[in-house]
Amino acid sequence: MPEAFQALTSKAVVLSQANIDTDQIIPARFLTTTSREGLGKAAFYDWRYETDGSPKPEAVLNRIDPAERRILLAGPNFACGSSREHAPWALVDYGFRAVISTSIADIFTSNALKTGLLPIEVDQATWDDLAAFPDQPVTIDLEAGEIRRGNAAPTPFTVERFARRCLLDGVDTLGWLQARLPDIAAYEAAHEMETA
Amino acid sequence: MPETLFDKVWNRHLVTPETVDAPGVLYVDLHLVHEVTSPQAFSEIEARGLPVRRPDRTFATLDHSTPTLPAGADGERPYVTPAARAQVERLESNCARHGVRLAGWDSDDRGVVHVMGPELGLTRPGMTVVCGDSHTATHGAFGALAFGIGTSEVGHVLATQCLLQRKPKAMRVTVTGRLQPGVSGKDVALAIIARLGFGGGSGHVIEYAGEAIRSLDMEGRMTVCNMSIEAGARAGMIAPDAVTVAWLQGRRYVPAGEAFGRAAADWLTLKSDPGAVFDAEVEIDGAAIRPMATWGTTPDAGSPVGALVPAPRDASDEKALAYMGFAAGEATTGHPVDVVFVGSCTNGRLPDLRAAAEVLRGRKVSPGVRMLVVPGSEAVRRDAEAEGLDRVFIEAGAEWRLPGCSMCIAMNGDFVAPGQLAVSTSNRNFEGRQGKGARTILASPATAAASAIAGVLTDPRVYLKEVVDA
Repeated sequence: MPEAFQALTSKAVVLSQANIDTDQIIPARFLTTTSREGLGKAAFYDWRYETDGSPKPEAVLNRIDPAERRILLAGPNFACGSSREHAPWALVDYGFRAVISTSIADIFTSNALKTGLLPIEVDQATWDDLAAFPDQPVTIDLEAGEIRRGNAAPTPFTVERFARRCLLDGVDTLGWLQARLPDIAAYEAAHEMETA
Repeated sequence: MPETLFDKVWNRHLVTPETVDAPGVLYVDLHLVHEVTSPQAFSEIEARGLPVRRPDRTFATLDHSTPTLPAGADGERPYVTPAARAQVERLESNCARHGVRLAGWDSDDRGVVHVMGPELGLTRPGMTVVCGDSHTATHGAFGALAFGIGTSEVGHVLATQCLLQRKPKAMRVTVTGRLQPGVSGKDVALAIIARLGFGGGSGHVIEYAGEAIRSLDMEGRMTVCNMSIEAGARAGMIAPDAVTVAWLQGRRYVPAGEAFGRAAADWLTLKSDPGAVFDAEVEIDGAAIRPMATWGTTPDAGSPVGALVPAPRDASDEKALAYMGFAAGEATTGHPVDVVFVGSCTNGRLPDLRAAAEVLRGRKVSPGVRMLVVPGSEAVRRDAEAEGLDRVFIEAGAEWRLPGCSMCIAMNGDFVAPGQLAVSTSNRNFEGRQGKGARTILASPATAAASAIAGVLTDPRVYLKEVVDA
């Protein structure tokens, strides 16, 4: 169950490349784990490390302090590709709490919301503005549905209402679904088809 | 009001409809499970003391982390790492504890999850099918609504047999006309993705329609639906027809006798009504599709084999070309190929292997090329060996392996070495997808086989009897 998320104030890391797929976010060879913990080391591994495992000094994710930059400002069609939930697990373990892009892949959005990583889609002008000032702290206020930077006018954003409530109140999605079991049993009684 | 195929299947599975405040509760008929995306989900339900609600609607296989080389003389399977072995053993113990059927190492049914499900008849028209795997859309070829989910949602389905979902939009992609000889479902898929763009299907369920789609066999239709995610779509669907019904009849989990007749009559009602409205419509001239290959590091960067690499549109294209070692304005057919991979949930079925074998028969893999042929399932392996396809591959100089995902996702020890150029029948050409530093060209099985012979990316029609080009 993800941590509740009300508001976050942090600087950003900018990865402006388009189509950053989930194989970049966490290469498949790290998926043989049976745990969801400790995947921050694998986040963007091939961007951060040489083949021999030594860190690439020029890699932006090796140069910053993750505790200071908890917002990932990413290029369009972010996190496309594989459905691996290991991608948001790795990003959260690395230190991110929010991803902002002009477009974010559907399955990743669903996975991120269940991991306590807030995915936010903004228009290009907002993205450009944020990317121009990555060192200025930005406040993401989920309750108000606003991104605020310095004295600039706040930018509204929306998150699917149910996911928003789950994040704000720490609602347990599986628990919520379990409370529907009487409806589910009634559906099964009415619709039972040949099972596999 | 006229409904789309997607509407019909969606509506049949709504336990409770969505509201402004909450998504709908969608019932899942079939939950397919594999070793990579399930262990944390089993841990989650066990931590809550929950059982698997419907083990009879759950079916598991081993495919991603499994070696494709046989066990050694000591009986030990050559896992890439102890972690890979532990992950497989975890699924074995999870399935045993929860009463979930597993097509494990000792099963004749084991296969890549999206090859195995249909061939056992687990996948049937009108069903909802989910799996912790983005290529689950494959099953939409039967008129099922099938989509990939994350591990948290795998836990939801294990515990409740349901998912919380808001209804995606509907798109129809109509591929008109008659496909040219030598053009396969894979070429159609790559042409569609090139048209839609990598994120062009985001938020949508795509229905594939038109004469060219109808002309495909079920395996070709599965290839097209399989790659829906490569355009960003949640799912792809094709309305069932006589081809679908004939393919399903006699499969193990498909009803038999009178029940089959009743089921088939229902399946054939699953089609979009005349006048049904789609949120987006795209039409593609199927007769104009040629054997396709990608030149970049996204699946939409595709063009006919031999076409010149286009000028980069942006920094991402420039980065992709630099990674691939290709230049704008050149044909990629001049670059030596190091590896050819035939297999995967996209192209690891019997007709795919036949197409590759037809090109390879009596010919040799170029000395500089390593060619790996990996059947999609034990059933495909048996059928291929019964036809002698394994001999064709081996005599040509290719390796014939055990079923699994293998070099498509490169997490089992089968990978393309840094810098090597691969022509692959899989679904993703991302940087490092087939191994760190691997450069991938996506293509059809026939194109892959032709490229293995020539040692460079090659149009398969060069080797086919019916050489037709417009």
